[in-house]
Amino acid sequence: MSERTWNNRLIKWVDDRLPVFTILKNELIDYPTPKNLSYWWNFGSLAGVMLVIMTVTGIFLAMHYTPHVDLAFVSVERIMRDVNYGWLLRYIHLNGGSAFFLVVYIHLFRGLYYGSYKSPREVLWWLGLIILILMMATAFMGYVLPWGQMSFWAATVITSLFTAIPFVGETITTWLWGGFTVGNPTLNRFYSLHYLLPFVIFAVVFLHMLALHTSKSNNPLGIDVKGPQDTLPFHPYYTVKDLLGLGVLLAILMGFVFFAPNFFGEPENYIPADPFLTPAHIVPEWYFLPFYAILRAVPDIWFIPAKLAGLMAMAASLLILFALPWLDTSKVRSARFRPIYKQVFWILVVDCIVLGWAGANPPEGIYLIVGRIATAYYFFHFLILMPLLGFMERPHPLPESISEPVVKGAGAVAGGAAAEPMEKAR
Amino acid sequence: MIDWLWTMTDKSQPVDHGKGETRRDFLYVATATFGTLGAAFAAWPLIDVMNPSAEVRALSSTEVDLAPIAEGQRITIKWRGRPVFIDRRTPERIRAAESVDLDALIDPQPDSARTQRPEWLVVVGVCTHLGCIPLGQKATDPWGEYGGWFCPCHGSHYDTSGRIRKGPAPKNLEVPPYEFLDDSTVLIG
Ligand code: HEM
Ligand code: FES
Repeated sequence: MSERTWNNRLIKWVDDRLPVFTILKNELIDYPTPKNLSYWWNFGSLAGVMLVIMTVTGIFLAMHYTPHVDLAFVSVERIMRDVNYGWLLRYIHLNGGSAFFLVVYIHLFRGLYYGSYKSPREVLWWLGLIILILMMATAFMGYVLPWGQMSFWAATVITSLFTAIPFVGETITTWLWGGFTVGNPTLNRFYSLHYLLPFVIFAVVFLHMLALHTSKSNNPLGIDVKGPQDTLPFHPYYTVKDLLGLGVLLAILMGFVFFAPNFFGEPENYIPADPFLTPAHIVPEWYFLPFYAILRAVPDIWFIPAKLAGLMAMAASLLILFALPWLDTSKVRSARFRPIYKQVFWILVVDCIVLGWAGANPPEGIYLIVGRIATAYYFFHFLILMPLLGFMERPHPLPESISEPVVKGAGAVAGGAAAEPMEKAR
Repeated sequence: MIDWLWTMTDKSQPVDHGKGETRRDFLYVATATFGTLGAAFAAWPLIDVMNPSAEVRALSSTEVDLAPIAEGQRITIKWRGRPVFIDRRTPERIRAAESVDLDALIDPQPDSARTQRPEWLVVVGVCTHLGCIPLGQKATDPWGEYGGWFCPCHGSHYDTSGRIRKGPAPKNLEVPPYEFLDDSTVLIG
């Protein structure tokens, strides 16, 4: 594989000086991939395609968009009515944001289920989390750009969170705003950063891929590849599989774009921003709802006021994921062989959906109580359950290798017994 | 202190703790310190460029004519891009504001510390929780349980002195700097 020569002389000439063809061949064509990957492994490449779609539509939108408080709203309406195919670009960008988050959340929960964050993939996992945080910042600032009522008030409420920081909160918030409220300087810098951050994301995605191709893909069994009999070349097996998944995703995305383009949107955002009139009910986009629920669930804790405690809890809900490789004490990666974790995982999924529901409603009465319980459970899962399960749970025997259950059927009786001490020793 | 670096980069050489090494250490540290300081100084303009610019800061004061405001009427004016509430308080509102037991307050402040003339309450109309505009400027608005203002975002109740009484907001409505130029004109900012 390493000493290959190219038949085409031009390709060879270039490749001897800049080995792009060799790299592409090694990493995208011959690249040995576990042969048992399921469709849950499609979502990484889907996220990559979404990043490209967002960037391309965004760049063309930017040619018609004006980042000024007096012109932003009308420039977006102009994109919708007058610019050729402007409506198409904008609706793809808008619904693409939702699709992007959906894909990335599935990608992340896939990692949780199959233990993909465990050694040797900790850095790969961290890079993914950094991408998620950058995406959140990008999407938040993008949502401000059309300068509707929700844009303005979401920006106000979220940036005002920083006033909770002791002593320097006000200074930091004024600095973020570039004024004494959210205003034109804020809109301008958000536009600048909204344009910049996707390219930073590209760079981190590149590192994510570098880490992936160093530690290689995990797989549904969560056991290591033992040799060439456990893998397939990436092309054509996984290129085809990824393309099929892409077809399905694009069909769903374009279904929304053409038939329900404002399904995920807020009607309130088609009213131009009015800094003197707060809408009755401020809600973020659906992909922020669970975090919004955590933010509002936390009461005063001892001497920490609720505003600061909520901010800390929201930050912690993300940061805690960085520590997951060590919070999870189980040596077994895949939930398939972890009878208790398998159930607890689905409870966590439901918990996150419940959090989203609480976040979509005003923080009072039953919504607040449910939000608080779901928040407590979220932290209980990661801080208590994950460390304890590793000791309490008795995992099922692991198959000896990836090819074994494929070749001999799912039996794995003798092999399983043999595999157990080896995996324990790791 | 940089022995670990040295041994890491050049394993073939025995680590030498002689005089020469100490001098080299000093040079490393001095260079690194200077470089860091220089970078910090160079970063400051990039940070400060995001702070409010001169023309934003210059919009900072507003003169308001109080003559047309009737007793019990509340008006909203714009100052630094934010709403300022001016309430020409009725005697009942003043009494309600003054008679409160300070221990009952979340952010204890007597009414006298929040007004220059009891008849006029001047506060920034921005909820101290997360920046929404509280309701109460119109007669048809909900005024909250304490007869002042009510913030619809997360349910903060303010009293007739603009003090937080109930809800998630941590502080009273801010009193902006202002002065009475004469009996019917106030300069805010
Ligand atoms: C990580 C990728 C990206 C995400 C998640 C994202 C997200 C968003 C969101 C949620 C909106 C609000 C749409 C609305 O409510 O109308 C938006 C608007 C916008 N985005 Fe992006 N975006 C991304 C990349 C880009 C890029 C690379 C550009 C290129 C400059 C761009 C340019 C714009 C423009 C001009 C708008 C305002 C026009 C509009 O509202 O449709 N975006 N973005
Ligand atoms: S912003 Fe007023 S209660 Fe939250």
